[in-house]
Amino acid sequence: MKHLLLACAALITTPLAAQTVAITGGKLVIGDGSAPIENGTVLVSNGRVVAAGANVVIPAGAERIDASGKWVTPGIVAGFTRLGLVGVDAVDGSNDAEARGTPFNASLDISPAINADVAAMAVNRAAGVTRAIVSPDAGNAIFAGQGAVVDTGADFNPVTKSKVFEFVEFGETGARLAGGSRPALVAAFRNALGEANDAAKGIFHDNALLKRNDALALVPVVNGTMKLFVHVESAVDILAVLSLKKDFPALSLVLIGATEGWRVAPQIAAAKVPVLASALNDLPDTFEQIAATQSNIGRMKKAGVQVGVGMINDNDARQAQLSMQYAGNLVALNKVPGASGLSWDQAFAAITSVPADIAGMGAEIGSLRAGRKADVVIWDGDPLELTSGVQAVWIDGVKQSLTSRQTRLRDRYMQPAEGALPNAYDH
Amino acid sequence: MRFIATAVVAAALLAGPAGARDKKKDEAKSEAKAIPFNKDPYPSTYKAYPSVPTAVTNVTVYDGEGAKFVNATVYFRDGKVEGVETGGAVKDGYTVIDGTGKWVTPGIIDVHSHLGDYPTPSVEANSDGNEATGPARPEVWAEHSVWPQDPGFSRALVNGGVTALQILPGSANLFGGRSVTIKNVYARNVQGMKFPGAPYGLKMACGENPKRVYGSKGQMPATRMGNMAVNRQTWARAAEYKRKLDKGENVARDLGLETLAGVLSGEILVHNHCYRADEMSLVIDMSKEFGYKVSTFHHAVESYKIADLLAKEGICSAMWADWWGFKMESYDAINENIPLVHKAGACAIVHSDDENGIQRLNQEAAKALGDGRRIGIDIPDEIAWTWLSYNPAKALGIADKTGSLKPGKMADIVLWNGNPLSVYTRPDKVWIDGALMYDSSDPKKRPVSDFELGQPGEGDVK
Repeated sequence: MKHLLLACAALITTPLAAQTVAITGGKLVIGDGSAPIENGTVLVSNGRVVAAGANVVIPAGAERIDASGKWVTPGIVAGFTRLGLVGVDAVDGSNDAEARGTPFNASLDISPAINADVAAMAVNRAAGVTRAIVSPDAGNAIFAGQGAVVDTGADFNPVTKSKVFEFVEFGETGARLAGGSRPALVAAFRNALGEANDAAKGIFHDNALLKRNDALALVPVVNGTMKLFVHVESAVDILAVLSLKKDFPALSLVLIGATEGWRVAPQIAAAKVPVLASALNDLPDTFEQIAATQSNIGRMKKAGVQVGVGMINDNDARQAQLSMQYAGNLVALNKVPGASGLSWDQAFAAITSVPADIAGMGAEIGSLRAGRKADVVIWDGDPLELTSGVQAVWIDGVKQSLTSRQTRLRDRYMQPAEGALPNAYDH
Repeated sequence: MRFIATAVVAAALLAGPAGARDKKKDEAKSEAKAIPFNKDPYPSTYKAYPSVPTAVTNVTVYDGEGAKFVNATVYFRDGKVEGVETGGAVKDGYTVIDGTGKWVTPGIIDVHSHLGDYPTPSVEANSDGNEATGPARPEVWAEHSVWPQDPGFSRALVNGGVTALQILPGSANLFGGRSVTIKNVYARNVQGMKFPGAPYGLKMACGENPKRVYGSKGQMPATRMGNMAVNRQTWARAAEYKRKLDKGENVARDLGLETLAGVLSGEILVHNHCYRADEMSLVIDMSKEFGYKVSTFHHAVESYKIADLLAKEGICSAMWADWWGFKMESYDAINENIPLVHKAGACAIVHSDDENGIQRLNQEAAKALGDGRRIGIDIPDEIAWTWLSYNPAKALGIADKTGSLKPGKMADIVLWNGNPLSVYTRPDKVWIDGALMYDSSDPKKRPVSDFELGQPGEGDVK
């Protein structure tokens, strides 16, 4: 209720987003892979970045916010999540990540299910995550449905763009969903795209395996106007995915997970297929991840692959807030003999502009370049460092509450013992 | 109907063994004396690997018990810590390692791991952590499930600086079975990893997991009150069993009750998976009802709500920094749990329960430290290190042997390539009992499990 009231108050006093705000004096990170700028300024107006850099002219009348001694960055763009789809993972009624009982698959559009009221939204917003790429999980077919790009703002408009991509499970999970083997998976995949080709011509077969709406949903995928996010882990499966382009040349592929991507990095780079990779997977958790190494992202980057950080199946409904720690760990690898990591600038881009670019949203979000949505975070230190924290967050130029039920509980129990009344009266 | 069936099952569960015992008691009257059970039938065969007298110079040191030394030298010899010294020339007779710009700490100890009993690859064939065939299974021992070739041990060593860990059964059962504490050193069998002289632990579990596992089978417990009832009835049986043992009566050997009697006599330490403050409070009363002590509440995401009670009772909390929300009983987790518990004067521990998290326990401590400082709980870095080595050693009953750099303790030592509470830092070298078991600059000083040998990447974790 409180959030609702705050949101209403924001609407009534509109100028919040329209205001011109200059955040000055901080260590400014643009997020596009360029080096931080000392004593930089971000100028924001009408919910967009007007300018960001060392020599920004601040118009008269702009509100000035002094960020001296702080870091100022674009909000974090979580590369692959289920954020906003889940209240509590193990409480089925609050979990919209997957649907095992539905006859539909590719046409499932997650955007109406994105719920800014789930606790994970406030928690991740307060941690500096302002946008997320959100995907459905596959319930009973290899195609899971259509994912979106969302913001974490406290309002009823969480979806930045719906139907950004279709999500498909390849590898072990895809093989299981397709009936039990990789050949069955490839057959299901080819059949689905074949039925989509027919659907594009208005042909629907009585004995089709896909429902009409699922076939129609795959038309933009086969045409290449909608991206296809493919969860794939092993080197062999990655090559199999890349080879699909021979028969379906328009596919706009993005690899998700890609634990063994380093083994076929030149092929991925040559195919110009971007990757949202799990940053720190270094265990052979499955037989498709035998060659897991923390140097995966670094090695792919060095081979010329466009690679950002994703969090598939890694507490991905709640822990987008770990993006900064993961990126920091990639920087740490530079000090380990024989390991491949990312530079700080690359690592920060891997959790901001790179995922935005991979989602086709780089002109809108993911950096502080002029014209982008004004998602800005002020940090009390290096944003990738463990002890640093968030001091202020703007989304679309609207300053956000950093309160969550976690901070409310914390404040209630700073002194745990009851006082004059039970703790339930402390609010 | 379901309730009736449950009641019948429960009655059978309780009556069966008790009836059998009564018969035994009668038979025992004519016998002279109880046969003492072998309390260590699978003894540790762990032996420290060869070491050289070593001096690590010019380092910042957190000694694990709250002290910090700068520009110090750490000496160890014959597998034991000799001391930490500042000032003066480096003594002769040591292999000198220049640690300029680096940090030395005691090795990290994880009190909550399933490496070996839930190893990677996470395949059904190797899934050996939960004997989910009955809610009270104190008779099982985690060491009988530990696969010593789990690749996870190497990651915990190389990336995590973990030198000792407790392997617990899972939390499907109220009484999960005995835990085992091991050195993080690969061996051909679990006996070769067992920490010499470490006491056994008993894994217990509160809350959602036991009632879900058995409730879904139409068995008791299906509720939290069912959890407590089975717990109490089991402890009552254990108390009776122990009374007979103590009187020297000849009892039918019962492996489960033997473990529980070991708890009641203080030889076996209780490690209780418990999320909610109200349930921890009930367990504390139950422990008094039957006369045992809880060493540590594990997960303990609501310890901050009863930090005063936990301090008073002297019970440790093993916690995450920011893992939350995956089920109802983790919904009230807050990022300041660890510093709030510490501030109340209670024993705080950072634990993993995870093959990935165990690689970054130092990072979890750092996050908690930062979150605490932002609400005015200003804990120095060297004090926070007690969450990672000394407090877990205490909780496991091995603090007299490891967990800090006090002279005479096992030389379980990590040289970090920077500030170990920074995200940019990794272990440079790790010694266990003074033996160099990991060296970042020597590819041969990195363990590769049997499973990964000859496979792509060969377990290259870096």
